[in-house]
Amino acid sequence: MAKHATPLLDQLESGPWPSWVSDIKQEAETRAKNVNGIEYQIPVDVCEDVLGLMELTYVQKRTHWKHGGIVGVFGYGGGVIGRYCDQPQQFPGVAHFHTVRVSQPAGKYYSTKYLKDICDLWERRGSGLTNMHGSTGDIIFIGTTTPQLEEIFFELTHNLNQDLGGSGSNLRTPSDCIGSSRCEYSCYDTQALCHALTVDYQDELHRPAFPYKFKFKFDGCPNCCVASIARSDMSFIGTWKDDIRIDQKAVQAYIGGELKPNAGAHASRDWGKFDIAKEVLNLCPTKCMWMDGGKLVIDNKECTRCMHCINVMPRGLRIGQETGLSILVGAKAPILDGAQMGSLLVPFIKVEEPYDEIKEVIEGVWDWWMEEGKNRERLGELIKRQGFQKLLEVTNIEAMPQHVQEPRHNPYIFWREDEVEGGFEREITEFRKHHQR
Amino acid sequence: MDKEAGKKAIVEYLTKKAKSKSKFYLKDFYEVIPEEKPRDVKNLVNEMVKDGTLEYWSSGSTTMIGLKGTGKQAAAEDEA
Repeated sequence: MAKHATPLLDQLESGPWPSWVSDIKQEAETRAKNVNGIEYQIPVDVCEDVLGLMELTYVQKRTHWKHGGIVGVFGYGGGVIGRYCDQPQQFPGVAHFHTVRVSQPAGKYYSTKYLKDICDLWERRGSGLTNMHGSTGDIIFIGTTTPQLEEIFFELTHNLNQDLGGSGSNLRTPSDCIGSSRCEYSCYDTQALCHALTVDYQDELHRPAFPYKFKFKFDGCPNCCVASIARSDMSFIGTWKDDIRIDQKAVQAYIGGELKPNAGAHASRDWGKFDIAKEVLNLCPTKCMWMDGGKLVIDNKECTRCMHCINVMPRGLRIGQETGLSILVGAKAPILDGAQMGSLLVPFIKVEEPYDEIKEVIEGVWDWWMEEGKNRERLGELIKRQGFQKLLEVTNIEAMPQHVQEPRHNPYIFWREDEVEGGFEREITEFRKHHQR
Repeated sequence: MDKEAGKKAIVEYLTKKAKSKSKFYLKDFYEVIPEEKPRDVKNLVNEMVKDGTLEYWSSGSTTMIGLKGTGKQAAAEDEA
């Protein structure tokens, strides 16, 4: 018999999809039985109280969580998010229900031993409920009490060689795609760069430095598997400078049907014979490719690296060999002032250790934002407020055609007074001699 | 301004404001010692957290900073 009756939550389990209600009930049952004899450090019935509290929220259509607080681990300004319940007598198991963010490894590569170890830690010192992973990429431990925070941090850092992630007005845990470890499209080693910057910017990650959150994300190619272009204040997207490499024989094999398009990803249904004109050439956003007497031709200077042709015919087309990355800035979710995609700041930069050129751009942006950004203003909002031209000034980057999204759409290059002969003042009587009002 | 004078100015500012406000944005500290660069102020504030003069408050998305012990404390958060 469950501790609290939860008819509204039970109804959520009736759908065809997996239910978080079933998951929490399963954990509640496991904790109650405790077949492994775990010495629980927080109330055993925490999961049942979560469900009870949630049911009350559904009934009353009002939240009973209080968000935020001074809890944390010593010396760290992020990684722990305080949460309390405003009905602690009724639901004592969740009187404290803090969230802990655990920094995920680059590329999210885990050993099963590591996963078992962190789950064991969390069963013992927390609710056992996790979110794998949060939107920023961290492993999220959901629900523990204040006295457990330092204990968890000690065990993570001393036994599991694991750090907390970022939260609050910090650099958030940088996240990346699997990069060149498994993906042939990757234009740079995303894991190496992500790890190096995470280590270099430890202070920014753990101690509040900024007006608001700041996110780095690393995508190895423009397929953007971690969606850095939409989700990060500073997005590092792999690209190449030279030509797409074409294997004409393989292209013919796609046309002839010997090779399956999209590496067979859509092969579960018969879509008919592969039609290169319909499925590739006509879908190219810049129309930069065509067939010339049975040969595929690409006008590479018109290519915008959309990746579509390469995705459809991965054996026939490969990324170029002069690879690097583009830096885009200012993407954000729509909490304030609407959602924004990243704007291109650096079209191409080589990715070479110790990444000094990349860090120079990062630190120029940070210095400007720390000084000029208002409280709770994301970088993208500051760029909108002060202008993209200002960003170019502070990062010492020359304006270039790649910065223009489309002609007459985002003009941001203006003359400054000191660049104009005679300044902006003029002799009006002299002017009127030649121009009637 | 040297470190100790900076720390003193911060404590004085926060004590003066303590009646009406207990938590401050990092940016508020820039105005207390305007002659210092934001990055140096950040380092100073973080040092003061380390030595126990100040403490962080976090909503999860934004971090604020206050004098240690002022405002609502962790132990009282679950009280009405």
